[in-house]
Formats: sequence, structure tokens, C-alpha cells
Amino acid sequence: MAQFVLPIQSRVKEGMTFKAEGASSENIKRFKIYRWNPETEDNPRIDTYEVDMDSCGPMVLDALIKIKEEIDPTLAFRRSCREGICGSCAMNIDGTNTLACTKPIAEIKGDVRIYPLPHMEVVKDLIPEMTHFYAQYASIKPWLQTETPAPPDRERLQSKEDRLKLDGLYECILCACCSTSCPSYWWNGDRYLGPATLLQAYRWIADSRDEATGERLDELDDAFKVFRCHTIMNCTRTCPKGLNPGLAIAEIKKQLVLRK
Amino acid sequence: MSSLRSPLGRARGWGSTGEGSHHWWVMRLSSVAMVPLMLWLMFSLAALAGADHATVTAWLAFPLNTALMILAVATLFFHANMGLQVIIEDYVHHAGLKFATLIAVKFALILLAVTGIVAIFRIAFGS
Repeated sequence: MAQFVLPIQSRVKEGMTFKAEGASSENIKRFKIYRWNPETEDNPRIDTYEVDMDSCGPMVLDALIKIKEEIDPTLAFRRSCREGICGSCAMNIDGTNTLACTKPIAEIKGDVRIYPLPHMEVVKDLIPEMTHFYAQYASIKPWLQTETPAPPDRERLQSKEDRLKLDGLYECILCACCSTSCPSYWWNGDRYLGPATLLQAYRWIADSRDEATGERLDELDDAFKVFRCHTIMNCTRTCPKGLNPGLAIAEIKKQLVLRK
Repeated sequence: MSSLRSPLGRARGWGSTGEGSHHWWVMRLSSVAMVPLMLWLMFSLAALAGADHATVTAWLAFPLNTALMILAVATLFFHANMGLQVIIEDYVHHAGLKFATLIAVKFALILLAVTGIVAIFRIAFGS
């Protein structure tokens, strides 16, 4: 059954506060960040960091890097491209899943609360365990499947109209903001594929060059893999790339019915 | 969860049942069917407000009304069964408890539906 309270060892406690000592300005922002270390027996805690915004970049990731470099090197988080294309720094900021590198600090009123992506196992601090998420992505065979050999002298052709059908799908960076915002994925993520993987599945269903559309739809026609989606639409609301996984899932459902 | 199973093996799990879209489509069809049925029922009951027992039973015994009422009851409980199944699958994660609840709900709804239809027949045939 769904659990409504956290186990005792998972309850989040108040942690340490790191004051901005000798800060040159009054321009201080407080970052309240989820901390958990697997090497201790301690409960997760919220540490508070005061950051001088006069010497900090504009995005939440800038502040996290500044905290790690100047205040507390034990803070753990994933980051790479710092421009919204790798998806590494997906986390829950100010109550919404988004990318720390594209979220301006100025958009957040009051303290900046940062948690790992919801309902994922935590490896450490802001780092969630993504193995199952990636395995689900692998399970939909995210590559072009064909029997017809490619022309020897050129690429497989696709009309401009057919190429346009991939817009809004190919931009997905698999940051998992959508899947981890979805209550259906929280409760049944072991079997429900979740919005990110389903948007990717539809990206290949919608590709005119792919020759395995039927097999792909066969694989998805399942009460748990697809139909745990109840159009809650948290996925579309939270997507930091402005994509619409809800629409992609609706298209999968539509095609499953249309081919009957 | 067996920790030695590969992540891909775990993600593929039992594979696809090939039935998800059928349940989804039939549930939507039954909800569409209920729009006119429930509108008819609401307007009919409103029109019968204040009528005496004989008038109401005579109304229900009229063949078209009997048929529509049976369809309304059958569709309603059919749709309720499908909807409750989705809710149970969402929230009950213990396999045994899930099957027991699904079966209990199904049987209870069938009993209620058949009871309702028998009552309609008894009024329609005046016994």
C-alpha cells in the first residue's frame, strides 16, 4: 500500500547553518539544501548556506558550485554542461523539478529550498539513483530499427513533413524531471515506464524511417507500462525544456486504439 | 527485489500483456455512453418529481424507459468496476491483497447491477 509517512530513519531534520561571514554586502540569499550521507547512520538533514549574491552567478547551479568551492566541499550533486543540454543537474528547486543550471535564482522568492528528485533512492545529498530509469529507457529500444538496408551512397531519406513530427520529442535530454514529478511513477515506477521513457518511445513510433512501429506498440500495450498515466500532467508542467510528455503519451494511447 | 538481476531484466519485467489499450478504450466508450443515459435519467426524474407511485411505475414499465434504465444501470456498474480496478491497481501493491480486492469489488458490483436490473424487470412486468 502507499505509505503516508516517512520511516523514522528517513525523516528530515534541521541541520547546520553556514553564515556568510564577512560578506561585503547585504545581498545575501539563503539556500536550504537536503543532505544525506550513506556512510553515517544520521537522518537526512537540511543545511542552510548563506551566499553572497554579489559574487555569485545568476543560476542555482552557480550558487551550488560556489557553496561547494567556498563553503562546504562535502556537498554532493551532479552537474556537467551548465547550459541545459546534459540533464545532470535535475533536482527539486523551490518545490518544482527543474535543471539547476537554467533556473535563475532571481525567480525564487525567499529562501531557496533544494531537494533531490522526488521519490528516487538517494545515493548522496542531491544525487538520485538513476539505474532503473535508464534501464526503462533501454527497454524501449531507443534506436532506429529497420530491415531495409540503408542506401549505400546516402542517408535514409525523410520528408520535411515527417521530420517536423519529431519536433518537441527529439529535444528531450532525459533529465527525469517529468518522470519523478509523476505520482503514477512514484507509486508504480517499477512497472510504469513514466513520461520521459514514454516520450522517447513515441519519438521512435513517430519516426517515418523506423520499421518496427507495430512491435513498439505491441510492447507498450500494457496496463502498467503505459496506462498508469492518468493525465495528471505534472510532467508537462515541470519539463525544463518546455516539452509535452503528456501529449506524447496521449498519442501512444491514440495509436494503440486506432490500430484496433 | 533480487539485487543480482540486471537492471534491464528488471525494467522489462513481465513484458506487455497486450491488454492495456482495450481496458482504456472500453472505459472511455462506457463513459461516453453514460452521458446521454444520465442526462435522460436526470431529466426524467425531474419531470417525475412529485408524481405518485403508480405514475412512476407506469413510466418505468414503458418499454423504452425499461430498456434505457437497464442500460443505465448496466453501464454504470460496468464503468464503476473498470474505474475501481484502475484505482486498486494504482494503490494496492501487495499481489495477494490486490487480487482479493479486485475480485471482491467485481463480485459486489455484479450483485448490485443484477439486483438493480431484476428490480426494474419486476416493476416493468408488474409483479
